[in-house]
Amino acid sequence: MIWDKKHECMPRGELEKLQLKRLKDSVTRSYESVPFYRDKMNKAGVKPSDIMTLADITKLPFTEKDDMRANYPFGLFAVPMKDVVRIHSSSGTTGKPTVVGYTRKDLDTWAECCARFISAAGVTDEDIVQITFGYGLFTGGFGLHYGMEKVGASVIPSGSGNTPRQLMLMEDYGSTALVCTPSYGLHLGEAAQEAGLGGKLRMKWGLFGAEPWTHEMRSEIEQKLGLSATDNYGLSEIIGPGVSGECEAVKDGMHISEDHFLVEVIDPETLQPLDYGSRGELVITSLTKEAVPVTRYRTRDISRLNPEPCACGRTNARMEKVRGRTDDMLIIRGVNVFPSQVETALLEIEGTEPHYMLVLYKDGAMDALEVWVEVSEKMFSDEMKQMKALEETIKNKLKSVLGVSVKLKLVEPRTIARSEGKAKRVMDLRNQEQEGVGR
Amino acid sequence: MKVKQLSIFLQNQSGRLAEVMGAIGNEGVNIRALSLADTSGFGILRLIVNDIDKAREVLQGKQFTVSETDVIAVEIPDVPGGLAKVLSILGESGINIEYMYAFVEKASKDAVVIFRFEDIDAAIVALRAGGVNILAAQEVYAL
Repeated sequence: MIWDKKHECMPRGELEKLQLKRLKDSVTRSYESVPFYRDKMNKAGVKPSDIMTLADITKLPFTEKDDMRANYPFGLFAVPMKDVVRIHSSSGTTGKPTVVGYTRKDLDTWAECCARFISAAGVTDEDIVQITFGYGLFTGGFGLHYGMEKVGASVIPSGSGNTPRQLMLMEDYGSTALVCTPSYGLHLGEAAQEAGLGGKLRMKWGLFGAEPWTHEMRSEIEQKLGLSATDNYGLSEIIGPGVSGECEAVKDGMHISEDHFLVEVIDPETLQPLDYGSRGELVITSLTKEAVPVTRYRTRDISRLNPEPCACGRTNARMEKVRGRTDDMLIIRGVNVFPSQVETALLEIEGTEPHYMLVLYKDGAMDALEVWVEVSEKMFSDEMKQMKALEETIKNKLKSVLGVSVKLKLVEPRTIARSEGKAKRVMDLRNQEQEGVGR
Repeated sequence: MKVKQLSIFLQNQSGRLAEVMGAIGNEGVNIRALSLADTSGFGILRLIVNDIDKAREVLQGKQFTVSETDVIAVEIPDVPGGLAKVLSILGESGINIEYMYAFVEKASKDAVVIFRFEDIDAAIVALRAGGVNILAAQEVYAL
């Protein structure tokens, strides 16, 4: 079901006219109300009136996460605090978090954008939805909550953690839709199977986001929970969840709410814009946000765009599943390595489970990588030669996929902590003393 | 005839073996025979116990990775050449041995050798034909 046919199925010519009008308004408002943007634009020698076509967006300077941190807490707000009715911040892993605000209209825009991808994911007012994102400063919980209420689903704000209680709610309340991170979704699936809930769940739709995940992981989650899983994307610096989401009908890219967000793809090295179909870094400009408008925000997320109309009927461009970030890309002896590549490699080997950890350490002066893989009962053999063969298979697979030799350590189940939020897949010990690695 | 042996995957870290032994010991499970095959990265602990179901349940509850294998227990008379005779019977029939380990019986002081074979049924035929004494499973669990 398409939530907003007018905007989701708009002919591209009409959409681009709307985008240009909104871009001009937003850039003008930023220039007039936010000293940071005015200074940046003056330094770059560009004025709002220089934006005459969509292509002119490249005249505008980029905004970086550091810019938002440097203006902590409210330096980038374009409206007086009196008009701000909600404040959220992002999960800042280093230093101060980035703070965002919403006017009443922003909250409605946010709920509308979420309602769009929620409907695309299959959810209707007949569904009972369990939201396992944290409710708090994190935008995930509240964002999905208001979107779900707009769609009319029956919302259980179960919040994050407490897996036994999540399972109890699923079984007793008969939840039909689930919102969480992919790694927690997998954890819930495993826990449900262990608790013998396999056939008893009434799950139909799963909406997963907040961290990158692979197609293989999608299949695992769908199989374990018996639902249809879709991807959705957003970031609090832009609005929270609601930038884009997959349609359950086709599941080939996430539809972007292009009437609210102008998305570019750039080469992260040269900073030049790339054509449709080329993979690069997503740069996003808000078109309608009032409290914290943002211009050409460098997301560090890697994706590519497909402007072709989708078989579901929507005409807005789709972005590919985010493969990783330019900054959690690891560089091991000159080779780029994404944790998600390890996941895909492991899932291609019969019987392995996607519970792994990348441990980076120093081997003398050189960077080295040890991959820890949990041994499940399916993988375990009493014959030493089978286990050695398994080690070789995994090592060879990882080498061919990653392009670099890795050390492999088979570990006992549950050695690698399961997470209820974003999964921690990389342990970087390069600047510390390390024990138990690289022997 | 076929004896059930429990195998446990052990990470190469101090304390893991002690934890396994402690866990099954606490549940009153008695070990009859034991072998530990190791590499630099991990080990496979093989146990023959008096109550394999209890042992498996306890270890799975503690999230160890386990599996069960059928093995054969052969009684070898306590004379030089006793084992060599059995091995030559197996060799003549082309029976492949995956691994083996031995211990001494309390009662008779005969040696007992545990074998895992590539083809356990062919091995049983060959050993019987050669007049070798294969212990019954219940005898082994009660050793």
